[in-house]
Amino acid sequence: MNLDSLLPNLGEWLRGTGPESDVVISTRIRLARNLAHLPFATRATSAHKADVVARVKEAITHAPPAHPLEYVDIPQLSHLDRQFLVERQLISRELAGGLEGPRGVAFDPTETASVMVNEEDHLRLQVLRSGFALDEAWHDIDQLDDALETRLSYAFHIQFGYLTACPTNVGTGMRASVMLHLPALGLTKQIDKVFRALQKINLAVRGLHGEGSRAFGDLYQISNHVTLGKSETKILSEIREVIITILQYERQARQVLLKERKQAEQDRVARAIGTLSSATMITAEETMELLSAVRLGIHLHLIDSIPVTAVNQLFIHTQAAHLQKLAGHPLDGEERNAARAKYLKTKLRELSLPRP
Amino acid sequence: MKCQICDNPATVHLTDIVNKKKRELHLCERCARERKLIPEPPAQQQLDLKALLKLLMNPFPAATEAEEETPVPWGCEICGLSLSEFKAVGRFGCPNDYEALRSALEPLLERIHRSLHHAGKTPRAIRLRELKRQMQQAVVKEEYEEAARLRDLIRQLEK
Repeated sequence: MNLDSLLPNLGEWLRGTGPESDVVISTRIRLARNLAHLPFATRATSAHKADVVARVKEAITHAPPAHPLEYVDIPQLSHLDRQFLVERQLISRELAGGLEGPRGVAFDPTETASVMVNEEDHLRLQVLRSGFALDEAWHDIDQLDDALETRLSYAFHIQFGYLTACPTNVGTGMRASVMLHLPALGLTKQIDKVFRALQKINLAVRGLHGEGSRAFGDLYQISNHVTLGKSETKILSEIREVIITILQYERQARQVLLKERKQAEQDRVARAIGTLSSATMITAEETMELLSAVRLGIHLHLIDSIPVTAVNQLFIHTQAAHLQKLAGHPLDGEERNAARAKYLKTKLRELSLPRP
Repeated sequence: MKCQICDNPATVHLTDIVNKKKRELHLCERCARERKLIPEPPAQQQLDLKALLKLLMNPFPAATEAEEETPVPWGCEICGLSLSEFKAVGRFGCPNDYEALRSALEPLLERIHRSLHHAGKTPRAIRLRELKRQMQQAVVKEEYEEAARLRDLIRQLEK
């Protein structure tokens, strides 16, 4: 598969139109699964891993799930292509770089469903959808799981459930995470309070790229921690309740901003667009922060010239690997900052032209 | 109330009911800590149930008696992972480790998930096997309506 064909498109999750998409960017559910009678990743030889790859490839071709999946072999990809898949949320940083041996990812053309092979677990199924869509995501991944299971024999224990390499995932093997854009809670300095409350009820909060990553551009991922002792439906309904509460807080904070400092917000958004469309060097971090202001401006109806899909496109295309793919050649740090600024300038100029 | 071991005021009170027999233990904090009922700070303040049980069964072991160890699993015969290796890396080597290291695993799961029992989805193959077993039982008991209901469920699942 030529990954360049993905470049002009946005993955389904970045469509920006799902339920509650003024606050919820995307919903992701992943299931950890392992094959019976085979060692887990840390004890697997190259031959074991090749065996896992062969079995999964066989399963995705012979039991075609609702989403047709295509397999991409990671060791055969360049460093740039691997990073590209990380930015598109199709693989983890570990699968891209930290791990060795036969491994890969299968995903469908809309980039909704994917299966990582030989990550920490033999299989990591993922469904990624736009907006707040826990039920839809669960429906999809449950089906995908059933379809694969007709061809694969999973490691399952009557007491402990689905067996995983790490005991933090055993049971359902499910991690559901919802990516939220919370600029108003940040601006009104309430965000820490919200997160302290979340940690108390055993939900994890992380930045855009998962564990240990910083929260850039007011984007946060909230996910369940517990995987054993509760059904998938129960776990999902607990997350849903919490997200609904955070949604309300964020919307209230946005209303407060509009009421008490509309002028100042308008100015902040205008300055963000100003910097994005006139800078000649800009880092990915600064781009994310400024795009966050623009996104908030759109949802507060302070600007109407830029659609939210365009913000999502700028957001993904200004990340390092995407920029280099667009340029067609590798770029070092400084060159990237210049290329990023140039890309933003061009795109924003196109958007401000009167539409035919 | 005084500590049952030394004479300091008892501040840790433990009650255990096994086979409808109630046992109580009253200790001062120091004695409780010495018997590893409370972990050393700054570890989480949580009761070590195994240590508690042991103490309730035999609160005052003779001084000469060697410390009785709960059998510690050495590891897994299939993948060769030892308990100490697991403790170092935090990852299992194969599905069998869940049985081989069960006694060390269960307290860990209790801490992470506050549970030891899966309550979610079951693979289709296992659901089928269970339904077929139930259907056969129904046939043996001549409960044909129930058997037919189960047969329909099985057909649905096999589709």
